[in-house]
Amino acid sequence: MPETTVESLGSFLETQVLDPWKGPKKVIPEEYYTSGHRTCQGCESAQLMRLMAKAGGPRSIILGATGCMYVANTTYYSTPWVVPWMHTQLGSTGSAATGTAAALTAMMRKGKMTKEPINVIAVCGDGGGVDMGLSAISAALQHLHYNLLILCYDNESYANTDIQVSGSSPYGANTTFTPPGKVHRIMHKRWKKNTAAMLAAGHPDVKYVGTVCTSYPVDAMNMVRKALSIGGPTFIHSLDPCPKGWDYDPKYSHELGELAVETGMWPLYEIERGKLKMLGRSQRIVNGQFKRKPVREYLMRQGRFAHFIDEDYDYVQKKTDEMWEKWLIPGVIPFFE
Amino acid sequence: MNPPSTALAEKIGGPGSGETEELISGSEAISHVCRLADVDVITAYPIRPYDTVMQYVSQMIANGDFDCEYIVAESEHSQFEIVKHASAVGARVFCGSSGVGWFYAFEALAVTAGLRLPMVAMVGNRALDDPGAFGVEHNDALAVRDLGWMLNWVETAQEALDTALIAYRVAEDPRVFLPCAISCDGAFLTHSQAIVKVPSQEMVDSFLPPYDRGDKQLHPDNPITIAPQANEDWLMEMRRQNDQAARRARGVIIEAYEDFNAKFGRDYEPFLERYMMDDAEVALVGMGTMGMPVKVAVRKMREQGKKVGFVRVRWFRPFPAVELQEALGGMQAVGVIDRDYSFGSSHHSGTLGTEVRSALYPLEKSPKVVTFIAGLGGREVTADNVVETTDMVFDAAEGKLNDQDTYWIGVRE
Ligand SMILES: Cc1ncc(C[n+]2csc(CCOP(=O)(O)OP(=O)(O)O)c2C)c(N)n1
Ligand code: SF4
Ligand SMILES: [Mg+2]
Repeated sequence: MPETTVESLGSFLETQVLDPWKGPKKVIPEEYYTSGHRTCQGCESAQLMRLMAKAGGPRSIILGATGCMYVANTTYYSTPWVVPWMHTQLGSTGSAATGTAAALTAMMRKGKMTKEPINVIAVCGDGGGVDMGLSAISAALQHLHYNLLILCYDNESYANTDIQVSGSSPYGANTTFTPPGKVHRIMHKRWKKNTAAMLAAGHPDVKYVGTVCTSYPVDAMNMVRKALSIGGPTFIHSLDPCPKGWDYDPKYSHELGELAVETGMWPLYEIERGKLKMLGRSQRIVNGQFKRKPVREYLMRQGRFAHFIDEDYDYVQKKTDEMWEKWLIPGVIPFFE
Repeated sequence: MNPPSTALAEKIGGPGSGETEELISGSEAISHVCRLADVDVITAYPIRPYDTVMQYVSQMIANGDFDCEYIVAESEHSQFEIVKHASAVGARVFCGSSGVGWFYAFEALAVTAGLRLPMVAMVGNRALDDPGAFGVEHNDALAVRDLGWMLNWVETAQEALDTALIAYRVAEDPRVFLPCAISCDGAFLTHSQAIVKVPSQEMVDSFLPPYDRGDKQLHPDNPITIAPQANEDWLMEMRRQNDQAARRARGVIIEAYEDFNAKFGRDYEPFLERYMMDDAEVALVGMGTMGMPVKVAVRKMREQGKKVGFVRVRWFRPFPAVELQEALGGMQAVGVIDRDYSFGSSHHSGTLGTEVRSALYPLEKSPKVVTFIAGLGGREVTADNVVETTDMVFDAAEGKLNDQDTYWIGVRE
């Protein structure tokens, strides 16, 4: 932990103390995200909503940007949310969190609202967070005296508008804006943005940044609980398999999440008070205890890569190898010696 | 631009009056309202000319004269989204912008009204940039006229202060719950100083109740879902509710002015200012600081025996159609001077012209309406311009000028 802390800057609201749940049996039975949503079968983003709501508990305010978790999820007269929830615009996740936290801070300080720690969680997809809302999220992460969590559920496309490429879509993916054709097999040639590490590196005073995957649900919930307890603005990026956008049988969602981690395409880590820790399988990859599976095993299972030929698999493999073998901090921070 | 310095004129309020007099600009006048209304969350982003208000606000906070969460956002979109969300939680908010900044926030502006979230914003009216212009034009604020925003234009720093207080009261009234923008002409009002009576905290407290969102407040004690997704099965009913709120705003504004006039000793007519209208035969209509040269010209023309009066529209939304029918119904001709444009519109007028013509149309004997565009990009509207305009209105009354067209005043050919 660096010596200068933001606590010295001024008065802060307290956070809730949300201890980790030690194993699935310790997880509370209460649900704060229940029936009513209309998401696809096997939708891991919906699963993430459920885990997040459970982890935060009843004294939470949740803001949700436009996207599947709004349109398919939060329908008039059948809202699944037991906790207060409000829509925010596609690029406004950071602003929604900031405005809500600012209101609580001002009103509690001035005695216009009973003082108590209330979780503020703002949720966005990759289109809303990695692309359009990046600047507002970055700004939110600079307001160190507001307690808030920004949770990006990354299904690797603008899913709700019928699966279009985003800055977080993997290389080569077939989306409705990047379809393979007779002349151009690969229409999407950008590499997935390294969002969590970029935000952590760019906002070193933020006390918690992490990556999760719902295939590891207890870990994901505990990371949400840690982010909410630690104070200040925090960011969690979740990789969520999406049967519709990735084109696979919904029953494989969980498995695909695991494969994303095991191939090294989705590294799991947290940066807590400036200290980086690789997590789960990703930690074992770095320690040499787990040999990364070939990316082909993960990509082949998804229709969005059905047009891939050997050279495409090889390219993705090479880039993924670089990430773990050449990066300054494997799986997290690039730059070469 | 001016540095934020509070030029204190002699304080001649004295005991009992509850007001102090200060030599301040329109922007500084509105910054006093932020303090007096005990606003909870304010967001800023730089753009001329509105941003002077934030310079004053930030200085008051720095000096400890005022306590709020003050956030310098990274864009106008965020600026308006932040206060929108703060308002949903029950915080009193203030915001503002100008020209292209207001347009950058357009998405937020639309949903703030759609969500029935009260907010008071200052628009320092400014041209919409390219060719890089930043003088006053009214197109910025007018762009939200269809969305549920209440809009008003003020003429003086005093009116800016008073209207901002009234705006909070109306916007936060549960019968209304709509945002309100106070338009101040860039430079002419945002940056020009005048003697302003600044009310005491007691006076403001007696007029402005706290903002209470009731069962619409977003809070764990009240776990509602705000803006769940709805389409054709419900949206029309929701839009209809917004329409009803906008209709109710009229009565709430009238109520607020009555109370304000009584408590603050002013004599505002809520929607219009009428100048030498009693025996007028033709009338000019306009908004904002243009009122000053127009009044000078009207006085001059009265001395020459021309029976002309002036109606300054204070509230553009809700639009005072009834008041305008009553004020203008008996005129031989009406000349509407817009400080905005609406290219390709019927009669090629500005937006005020179209609205006034439409308001007068149902009258049994509606006056001729002739429309003008003047003062764009901050060009001064001179008293001579106004005399020239008025002569054309008299010509229209006598059928000597085509009243189906729009005339640009003070423009090079
Ligand atoms: C300003 C704006 N532009 C475009 C849209 C259309 N739109 C609605 S949902 C959506 C997809 C958002 O993608 P993402 O954030 O990844 O969420 P997902 O749909 O994948 O859950 C888009 C582009 C919008 N609602 N607002
Ligand atoms: S398209 Fe994907 S993210 Fe959207 S509801 Fe379906 S599975 Fe979930
Ligand atoms: Mg997405």
